[in-house]
Amino acid sequence: MKILVGIKRVVDYNVRVRVLPDGSGVDTDGVKMSVNPFDEIALEEALRIREAGNADEVIVVSAGGDECQQQLRTGLAMGADRAIQIQTGESLQPLSLARAFMKVIEREEPGLVILGKQAIDDDNSQTGQMLAALWDRPQATFASRVVLNGSSAAVTREVDAGLETIEIDLPAVITVDLRLNEPRFVKLPDIMKAKRKPLDVIPLDELGVTVEGNLSVTRHAPPAQREKGIMVEDAAQLVQELKNRGLI
Amino acid sequence: MTEREIMEYDVIIVGAGPAGLSCAIRLKQLKSDLMVAVIEKSSEIGAHILSGAVIEPEPLDQLLPGWRNDPPPICIPVEGDEIWLLSQTGRRKLPTPPQQKNHGNYIVSLGAMCAWMASRAEALEVDIFPGYAASDIHFTSEGSVGGVIIGDMGIDRDGQPKDSYMQGIEIHAPVTILSEGVRGHLSKQLIRKFELDKDSDPQSYGIGMKELWRVQPGKSKPGLVQHTTGWPLDSHTYGGSFIYHLDKDRIAIGFVCGLDYEDPKFVPFEAFQQMKHHPMVHELLEGGEVLSTGARAISEGGYQSLPKTEMPGALIIGDAAGTLNVPKIKGTHQAMRCGILAAEHIAETSAVEGFDARLRQSEVVRELYKVRNIRPAFYKGFWRGFFRAAIETVTAGKLPTTLSIHADDASLKKLDDYTPPDRKWVDRDLAPRDRLASVYFAATEHDEDQPVHLKILEPDICTTRCTEEYDNPCTRFCPAQVYEMVGDGDSRQLQINSANCVHCKTCDIKDPYQIINWVTPEGGSGPNYQNM
Repeated sequence: MKILVGIKRVVDYNVRVRVLPDGSGVDTDGVKMSVNPFDEIALEEALRIREAGNADEVIVVSAGGDECQQQLRTGLAMGADRAIQIQTGESLQPLSLARAFMKVIEREEPGLVILGKQAIDDDNSQTGQMLAALWDRPQATFASRVVLNGSSAAVTREVDAGLETIEIDLPAVITVDLRLNEPRFVKLPDIMKAKRKPLDVIPLDELGVTVEGNLSVTRHAPPAQREKGIMVEDAAQLVQELKNRGLI
Repeated sequence: MTEREIMEYDVIIVGAGPAGLSCAIRLKQLKSDLMVAVIEKSSEIGAHILSGAVIEPEPLDQLLPGWRNDPPPICIPVEGDEIWLLSQTGRRKLPTPPQQKNHGNYIVSLGAMCAWMASRAEALEVDIFPGYAASDIHFTSEGSVGGVIIGDMGIDRDGQPKDSYMQGIEIHAPVTILSEGVRGHLSKQLIRKFELDKDSDPQSYGIGMKELWRVQPGKSKPGLVQHTTGWPLDSHTYGGSFIYHLDKDRIAIGFVCGLDYEDPKFVPFEAFQQMKHHPMVHELLEGGEVLSTGARAISEGGYQSLPKTEMPGALIIGDAAGTLNVPKIKGTHQAMRCGILAAEHIAETSAVEGFDARLRQSEVVRELYKVRNIRPAFYKGFWRGFFRAAIETVTAGKLPTTLSIHADDASLKKLDDYTPPDRKWVDRDLAPRDRLASVYFAATEHDEDQPVHLKILEPDICTTRCTEEYDNPCTRFCPAQVYEMVGDGDSRQLQINSANCVHCKTCDIKDPYQIINWVTPEGGSGPNYQNM
């Protein structure tokens, strides 16, 4: 069985994200970029499934400019067998991305697709669900536990009410949550090995996907700054200050 | 514990700063078949680099001819120099001494420049490994340096392996280059083990803090280089500030003060913040926002403090050795020259022997010799230092005397022996409001569940002698507020918030009892500086 894992290049989670002064976007000048943390968890799960003997090959896939090869190499260094870059200069919205991913599925015929539940840059949480619909296969989102049983999988999902375990037939799409596993550190010699692993570049045009912009972002703005507080002496003053502000 | 995995290289370089990367690039230019690796503890190249920085481009011209056609991301030609002597509200323009004239130099982000250099090195097939810390030296059976050991990852606070445990590997190489930067933790061990400093004065340091600001449009004058001295420091504390005007309404502002200060109650961070509230600076920053902050130590001992830079199997170069030129307030060109020279030496001789002599005959040490008396001249106060500096400058260091350098850890006065001057510090309104707010902008990150990387060798001293004699100065000199005294009475103890550490090494240097030992945390930990 092959497992496809999606990898997105995002602003690192440690970066203090800053909106550009003109509101046109987020400042990425000199900013550290990393693999979306949920995608790292997805890859870790795929690697564990392969190491347990339940898969033969793990393929990492990313869509973007050539800079995303850096994140694909990280995936290869973690242990993926090969990588595919869907080459595009555009930032794809979830539906277009799912369509592109679908084309890769048609080529590779994986038994399982594992994605992060969302990317930490736009927090959409849509690609996995759309992909399952396009593929017409089951989906199990927000997974915190995955157990493979031959042609099916028992997936524990993190839902509002707590945990829910569902059984899905494979092939399927699984999107993973934070508690599923702790991704491994990359071993230094594996970085060297990753350089020699295959990385196929497929231009988006070649996949025959029409890119649609169903959404347009009009403006970015940082959250309002919290105003400086005051220290009150006693309850009476507190009440008075609240009254002064028309809050009570 | 299983046998560690081993990787072999011809040259292993510890630290991807300007020295290490220059060395790597030059090595591959001279001998493309050499296997060269650079390891770097920061999560990516440049993330632990902090500098003003105005650089002299000559070593770049030598190393990467044509670099001006494809310059580093932030690279602004210097358009003007100003030096101001500040009083609390007034200012007086001083003549610019020749060492500080910056015509032909460039204002850069050294962090961004290192990332840019790393891509040049990788194009020459240097293997660069960010996110891996060299935690120990690998010694050969003959006792010479034979490489480094990468720190284990996935160890919990008590030293036990976690699920994610990964044993660090050994990297073996006939030549190890230590370009760890100021007070490098392996360099420190090796200087001691091989007694490399037995013929030199102790190293002396300063602490430098820096903030990158975006100011209101029109206030920044790209290419302007301003320095200040005087207020808020008393005349017995060496230091001053830099204000470098970048493009895109950005200002790099920083403050440096000698770590030989005497006042046990002194808070370097507060002095920096006070400086920002001088009317000249306040006007510039008002209405702007902080983009990034950070701090690091600076080696100031120069010529007299330069240890022997070679030992069996290894070299120490750049700031790790202490080649910064203090009067110029520049170390990058010196570090790069060291790196280039080390590469040429290794490529020619395939050995480390003879490097130290070669370095001492080079422009690196000639430059340090000329200015050797300027920094220690300031031991006797600002004005005496100022005049001595003028004499030393006019005579180009040809006077026969050489002043000696003193150790910083010995300079702190005890509470009973020191009456602090009235510093007349003002109420502040510019961000960041305190050290914790400042650390936020350094984006520093350490997994809390890892061993504390600030080792207190004798914890009892903290609650006894140090409290009585100095009132725990670590709680003040650390720019990231890593050290706190918590609890009362018998339960009073030192709390180390090691996750805040920005790897500046000030504690390792300034602690009067020398019981704080900074060791490298898990690879990838520490600040994530952006464009610093």
